[in-house]
Amino acid sequence: MIEIKNIAKTFGDRQVLAGIDGSFQPGETSLVIGGSGTGKSVLLKCMIGLVTPDEGEVLYDGRNFLTADENTRKAIRREMGVLFQGSALFDSKNVFDNVRFPLDMLTQMSEDEKADRAHASLQRVGLENAEQRMPSEISGGMKKRVGIARAIVMNPKYLFCDEPNSGLDPLTSIKIDQLIKEITDEYKITTVVITHDMNSMMEIGEKIMFLFEGHKLWEGNSDTLAHSDVKELNEFIYANKLLRELERK
Amino acid sequence: MVTLGRYFIFLGTLVRNRERLKVYLRLILDECVDIGVNSVFIVAIVASFIGAVTCVQTAYNLDNPFVPRNIIAFIVRDSTILEFAPTISSIVLAGKVGSSIAGQLGTMRVTEQIDALEVMGINSSSYLVLPKVIGAMLMFPLLTIMAAFLGILGGYLAGVIVGVISHEDFMTGLRFSYNPFGIKFALIKTEVFAFLIATISAYQGFNVSGGALEVGNASTNAVTASCISIIVADFVLTQLLLA
Ligand SMILES: Nc1ncnc2c1ncn2[C@@H]1O[C@H](COP(=O)(O)OP(=O)(O)OP(=O)(O)O)[C@@H](O)[C@H]1O
Ligand SMILES: [Mg+2]
Repeated sequence: MIEIKNIAKTFGDRQVLAGIDGSFQPGETSLVIGGSGTGKSVLLKCMIGLVTPDEGEVLYDGRNFLTADENTRKAIRREMGVLFQGSALFDSKNVFDNVRFPLDMLTQMSEDEKADRAHASLQRVGLENAEQRMPSEISGGMKKRVGIARAIVMNPKYLFCDEPNSGLDPLTSIKIDQLIKEITDEYKITTVVITHDMNSMMEIGEKIMFLFEGHKLWEGNSDTLAHSDVKELNEFIYANKLLRELERK
Repeated sequence: MVTLGRYFIFLGTLVRNRERLKVYLRLILDECVDIGVNSVFIVAIVASFIGAVTCVQTAYNLDNPFVPRNIIAFIVRDSTILEFAPTISSIVLAGKVGSSIAGQLGTMRVTEQIDALEVMGINSSSYLVLPKVIGAMLMFPLLTIMAAFLGILGGYLAGVIVGVISHEDFMTGLRFSYNPFGIKFALIKTEVFAFLIATISAYQGFNVSGGALEVGNASTNAVTASCISIIVADFVLTQLLLA
């Protein structure tokens, strides 16, 4: 379980996050939604330690990530996998080496063991045939899948995905979403997904947190999403004209 | 001033919290190929022609019959070893290696590859930058030695072909009043330049924020800052070591 308490972050004189609380359960896909620039990525970066919040706590199964000593932090880091907004594959390494990379750097496994793990991970995301391709030679959707394979190769307890379906066609998006959800169920991972994709919210939103200008305004799930009385949330989800018309019927 | 401070803090992060030694060996080897082998051609061309030009130019400036011709070879030798081979090669390398280091690291920064390393708990600056610094410091001296050799050879060939100096005169001049400290001095300078180019360019690339445009700017800044630092360091080292 991941808990965040009272996270606040200011850049210069701009408050990006204010008093964000929340908890994320194992085996559950939790979504963080909100408009562009509301601080979703910053919240994620605070959780994974790329940005230090001005205030607040991040607890990984009770271990305080921000105040922990270097060894505990390292241990927690090994338990998390991250899929970045742009996939962030290492462009000097092929697909297979990208996935094997965390094993090379962080474990003492034998070569065979590492290769097996990397194969298995790539198989899980359906890319066993693209192992020798370079990142520049594969499509955006494939990059995301390689990113997921790399994120899960260490068997993480916590998985973070920043807009896993931005820039993908609707069908590919749904496949990526399904993949994330399946992996989460299968390995009982605590998964946090940032998105502003309506499909994802309805399909995989077991728990949803809505951010608006750095504040958490609403929390619920895909069933209660459409019936909230939060004005900003309604404006956000009904920005889509089609949905607005559907709602009217 | 703030930049200078940040640069030194950055240097500190290179050596803190390193990865296993084995990891670096591979990376350093790759960088040696990248930095060294791939720069042989350009350094060779520039060095030979500068040697050739120096020889011919000196010959025209010294057409006084009372000055012995072998002085030309002496001048070619000393200016090549002391100045052209280390400094001009390093300026050429600042353009080639510096911009590629800044571009590569800048791209990794804006595409979140550096974040990805950090999240895994890897010290990204030492993992990415240290091998480049060591690779540069291993390869630059070799390139300088090659440049010195080719510069003198270029001078010899040009001099003899154009007919401004004979083979015998050149050989006499080449051996005239030889001071082995010259080579040591050239290598010390080269090591300093290598360190400056690699770290300054890495610093520029590492601190990019934004997108492709900023990566391009960082490359340009890396080359400019490296060149200025080379010239300043050249002056300071010449004062310190030769005066
Ligand atoms: N390192 C930083 N320095 C200064 N300001 C920053 C930094 N990172 C983010 N910001 C600012 O914080 C705000 C929130 O950014 P964030 O990236 O979290 O938005 P987001 O909700 O992820 O948006 P999007 O959906 O477009 O990705 C933005 O206004 C951004 O300019
Ligand atoms: Mg974002």
